[in-house]
Amino acid sequence: MIVEKTKLALLNLFPQSEPVAAAAPAPLQEEGEKKAPKKEPPRMNGVMERDYNVHGYHLDAQVSPAQLLDAVAIIDDAGFFIESITGVDWIKEDQLEVIYDFSRYDFDLCRVVIRTRVPRSKPVVPTITGMYAGANWHERETHDFFGIKFEGHPNLIPLLLPEDADFHPLLKDFKA
Amino acid sequence: MSAPITIRPDETFTLNVGPQHPATHGVLRVKMEMDGEYIVNAETVIGYIHRMHEKMGELKTYPQFLMNLSRMDYLGALGYSHGHVLLIEKAAGIEVPERAEYIRAITVELNRIASHLFWFGAFVMDLGGFSPLMYALQDREYILDMLEAITGSRLTYSYYRFGGLYNDVDDDFIDAARRFIPRMRASLKKYHRLVTGNIIFMKRLEGIAPLTPEIIRKYGATSAVARGSGINFDVRKNEPYSVYPEFDFDVPVYHECDSLARYMVRMAEMEQSLRIIEQGLDKLPGGPIMPEKKKPIKIAPGDYYQAVETARGSFGIRLVSDGGKTPYRLKLRSPTYSNMHLFDESCRGMLIMDALAFMGSLDLVIPEIDR
Repeated sequence: MIVEKTKLALLNLFPQSEPVAAAAPAPLQEEGEKKAPKKEPPRMNGVMERDYNVHGYHLDAQVSPAQLLDAVAIIDDAGFFIESITGVDWIKEDQLEVIYDFSRYDFDLCRVVIRTRVPRSKPVVPTITGMYAGANWHERETHDFFGIKFEGHPNLIPLLLPEDADFHPLLKDFKA
Repeated sequence: MSAPITIRPDETFTLNVGPQHPATHGVLRVKMEMDGEYIVNAETVIGYIHRMHEKMGELKTYPQFLMNLSRMDYLGALGYSHGHVLLIEKAAGIEVPERAEYIRAITVELNRIASHLFWFGAFVMDLGGFSPLMYALQDREYILDMLEAITGSRLTYSYYRFGGLYNDVDDDFIDAARRFIPRMRASLKKYHRLVTGNIIFMKRLEGIAPLTPEIIRKYGATSAVARGSGINFDVRKNEPYSVYPEFDFDVPVYHECDSLARYMVRMAEMEQSLRIIEQGLDKLPGGPIMPEKKKPIKIAPGDYYQAVETARGSFGIRLVSDGGKTPYRLKLRSPTYSNMHLFDESCRGMLIMDALAFMGSLDLVIPEIDR
């Protein structure tokens, strides 16, 4: 099963935190939601399996920006194709999240989400265009919308916004 | 003044294809660096009709956003609406009556044929054959009339609702759909006699613009672009949703990787859609088209993903919810965006005429790229 194989490969990125990763399925607190209302502890980096029938994907790996290229290399070696890259502005936590979606062409269904968080004041992540040429536009678009800089990107100029755009409309503090 | 003009072999010039050019079928611009008629380099410039649907997704409540999805792809709008309602239904735990899901599948497939018909006509027109477009539009007109009667619009349908449909189908629709199937089958034969095999047509497509499976994967291309390169990938089969597992249909795959293979895939897909419609009409159950009790939409914090196979490929929609009335983030992954992206790399060294035929084989809808 590709889900298991990919999960094990991604877990190798977190060697010292084996017990944490093993306990990772615990944050799946769909039912116990009432008990933990507002004050959820921030999610630790690690790999989780998600309920596909609820969330629509199987694996969810949160990595540090430094681990990103290693994580994507694992996905690339396993033959996944790139679906999309996007961002989320977690303004209350003063962080920006970059989300990478991958899926497969074969019938061994496995959707993988790689996510990484960077501080809003210094939103820099490495580019993955070296591995996935198709990341080029996705990263430019994410730069348009969130101002996230993809270090090493060959051509990080506006894609969908006007060429002189100096605003990032999907930031939560954006005012038109 | 009489000295002969010397052309340096390394001399190139820049050619702007678009943003207003008939071959791009929309507001798309490709900046080409040309050496004579050969493309040295190409840079696709998009964003001319960017409308920021994703921001609207954050500002509008869930039901208010329904209509936006039909304004991304004006040729095959229902597929996008389908992905949206499936996502919200999954995230909010809304049950859909079986009849509604069958009607969704039937209408999505009708819309897929309408979209492929328009592509077929426009594609052949790009290659210099004008009359097939007229035949294709006539067949498409039957579908648009049918869909107009039940949805109220001809292109920008907002037909689906969370939990079901806005309007039930009547006997007129079912009769019209039944009559349409044999007529469309006859038309498909006609199209093949009219176009496929034509020597000029074949020379423009055969062996042109080969896309390796590796380049498909690196760009995440889907639809006939992937299936023309031997990749057996169709979300309806690989990641079954709705009532598609109930239908017996095939996924046409061609291994030649060229523009002709992409053409053949789409032509064969129309027949498969007809099979789905036929079975859908036979199996169409009775009953309600909306849930008995309407519940307010409440989505637990978290993120949710849904992919569907639209006429243009795998459309993905990601919802990040914070439990509020509007999405915290709504991402639309449009298939043509990825399909078009590989154009720049693949058209290098190609004759410009071949590149335009190649572009036609990608089946572009620009508002769907720009969102």
